Amino acid sequence: MQRHLISAADLTRDDAVLILDTAEEMARVADRPIKKLPTLRGRTVVNLFFEDSTRTRISFEAAEKRLSADVINFTAKGSSVSKGESLKDTAQTLEAMGVDAVVIRHGASGAPYRLATSGWIDAAVINAGDGTHQHPTQALLDAFTMRRRLVGRDAGIGQDLAGKRITIVGDVLHSRVARSNVDLLHTLGAEVTLVAPPTLVPVGVERWPCEVSYDLDAVLPKSDAVMMLRVQRERMNAAFFPTEREYSRRYGLDGDRMAKMPEHAIVMHPGPMVRGMEITAEVADSERCTVVEQVANGVSIRMAVLYLLLGGNEPAVSHARTTEEK
Amino acid sequence: MSKILIRGAKVLGGEPQDVLIDGEVIEAVGTGLSADGAEVVEATGKVLLPGLVDLHTHLREPGREDSETVLTGTRAAASGGYTAVFAMANTFPVADTAGVVEQVYRLGREHGYCDVQPIGAVTVGLEGKKLAELGAMHESAAGVTVFSDDGKCVDDAVIMRRALEYVKAFGGVVAQHAQEPRLTEGAQMNEGGVSAELGLGGWPAVAEESVIARDVLLAEHVGSRVHICHLSTAGSVEIVRWAKSRGIDVTAEVTPHHLLLTDELVRSYNPVYKVNPPLRTERDVLALREALADGTIDIVATDHAPHPHEDKDCEWAAAAMGMVGLETALSVVQETMVDTGLLTWAGVADRMSVKPARIGQATGHGRPVSAGEPANLTLVDTEYRGLVDPAGFASRSRNTPYEGRELPGRVTHTWLRGKATLADGKLT
Repeated sequence: MQRHLISAADLTRDDAVLILDTAEEMARVADRPIKKLPTLRGRTVVNLFFEDSTRTRISFEAAEKRLSADVINFTAKGSSVSKGESLKDTAQTLEAMGVDAVVIRHGASGAPYRLATSGWIDAAVINAGDGTHQHPTQALLDAFTMRRRLVGRDAGIGQDLAGKRITIVGDVLHSRVARSNVDLLHTLGAEVTLVAPPTLVPVGVERWPCEVSYDLDAVLPKSDAVMMLRVQRERMNAAFFPTEREYSRRYGLDGDRMAKMPEHAIVMHPGPMVRGMEITAEVADSERCTVVEQVANGVSIRMAVLYLLLGGNEPAVSHARTTEEK
Repeated sequence: MSKILIRGAKVLGGEPQDVLIDGEVIEAVGTGLSADGAEVVEATGKVLLPGLVDLHTHLREPGREDSETVLTGTRAAASGGYTAVFAMANTFPVADTAGVVEQVYRLGREHGYCDVQPIGAVTVGLEGKKLAELGAMHESAAGVTVFSDDGKCVDDAVIMRRALEYVKAFGGVVAQHAQEPRLTEGAQMNEGGVSAELGLGGWPAVAEESVIARDVLLAEHVGSRVHICHLSTAGSVEIVRWAKSRGIDVTAEVTPHHLLLTDELVRSYNPVYKVNPPLRTERDVLALREALADGTIDIVATDHAPHPHEDKDCEWAAAAMGMVGLETALSVVQETMVDTGLLTWAGVADRMSVKPARIGQATGHGRPVSAGEPANLTLVDTEYRGLVDPAGFASRSRNTPYEGRELPGRVTHTWLRGKATLADGKLT
């Protein structure tokens, strides 16, 4: 494992499988009456959020607290950042307070990379989403969800996603979730197909390790998992598509379309969903939809990442306990 | 002592010769010239060029003296072998009146490191809406002949047409920063494989090429000449080549960084590589070199763009666009054009002195190295190789993309009308 987690592309297959396996151990903690491990006792983690994101921040915070870390939440609004303080100064100020890890969400692509590589701070940096670049813990929790559902909770241990066919649908151009997933799923051996109107696929996508299709109906029967991306209504103002209704008709997932998927196939969404746009209520509330599961898995994955980045070579407390319980 | 004997220099890279300077002019060029009464500069093995001329420099004064002033910028120019620079108009206030261009012109003369020829804005406040008083700037003491809204594109086709027509009255030229604004909203880097991966807004090649295509056709239609700033794509080269073959009066420049660097460097997210137009692909770089060699691109211009440290020591999206270039330009051209066999030193003199002086009508610059000509000269140690160290720059800013990179060549002497502005690598 590296010192930081900036991009899903930085993970090897073995790194990724280790994180998924560790997350399974962490998930067992959630089933206990006392959902807490002492692993990061005395360590301080700051959640440095320059963009609004309640769910990601809460997920990280829950993970940090379950590992007994001291948690500082920093949001840009109302802080000195809104008065013009630079990212560098903000990070250095926080580090001076003795921070061991920085979980950063930033609107500018590459901001976490800069933080990790510019010599501004020494703390470990975890990317919680940067611009339209990467969101590696999201990709990890998605892979975790897929492995559980498509391979099996116990059968999945030590396994990757070789041969699984994953379809990602929607605003790929503006999506860090799509980029991270393409990278990680490819590393894990899955076959990825992106589906979107051509306006929402980036120029240069031909270099990505995936297929691109403009025809959702043709791809659905060959999918083991279909991941729907949020499509912001404002996009139509920039002529990415003509109207909301046309988008839904061509690229939205409704009950009829879901019926074309193989029986075992699942529907995923990173949230927040825009019901009626990319996904209908019928699909979102169906048994096949893993949205809520993904949220729960997010905490386990973030615990695993924090543990592996900060826990170093200390014995895995969670591992010892879970072994005993067996 | 008013006489200087430059002994044994390879004039334009040719056979060793002596060059005798008397006062402001070259008195003689030949072999075995007498050193009697002259200060001798040993130049054996070095290459002597006419003083370099930069058609595209940002001196930042007035308004952004925290990044550069006319003094620090012209010292940087002298360090890099330049004897004349054209100062872009995007200052605060904008150089869109006779008053501002005269101030910049006068500061250059007073400091005496390098002639400063101001460029006037095409439109008031660089806003692209209303023509600035181009005639008044031309008639001012600064004698402006080059007009540009550089930093912004004159994107309104009618304004561009009128500007091209209007400056014909006094032999002016419009230098276009070709960037279709709508296609580059939120643009952060070249649009392609790397931008797709990095999630940075794309600056497509077509945003440059479509404006160049329009402007060469406009220049043809109204019978004017047009100059294209910082060409950066293979497609732009094709359009200019086509325009020239059609007899259209177009000239074009390329920056040193577009001859050497590609968008792969942006993977570092280090804003030192953030520039407008953006770094493109290897294919573009090779096309630009070829075009400079065959004359499709007329000149090298630095687009020297100083920025204070804090504007680069930040995340990519927040960073300013631009790189300093005056002190590394000749080295980059040696690396990319001379050492690759694409251009001779005589060719370098043509692209970096003769032609830019001609396009900008800088009288007294870009002249042959021969008796009777003004002694504007640059002496280069072409055998030198060293690492670029921004700490040694004369420029007030340090935003170079070449820090720590090994580059060939070093300017050891620069003479402006017979006066050394740089001697043995040190500013005077």
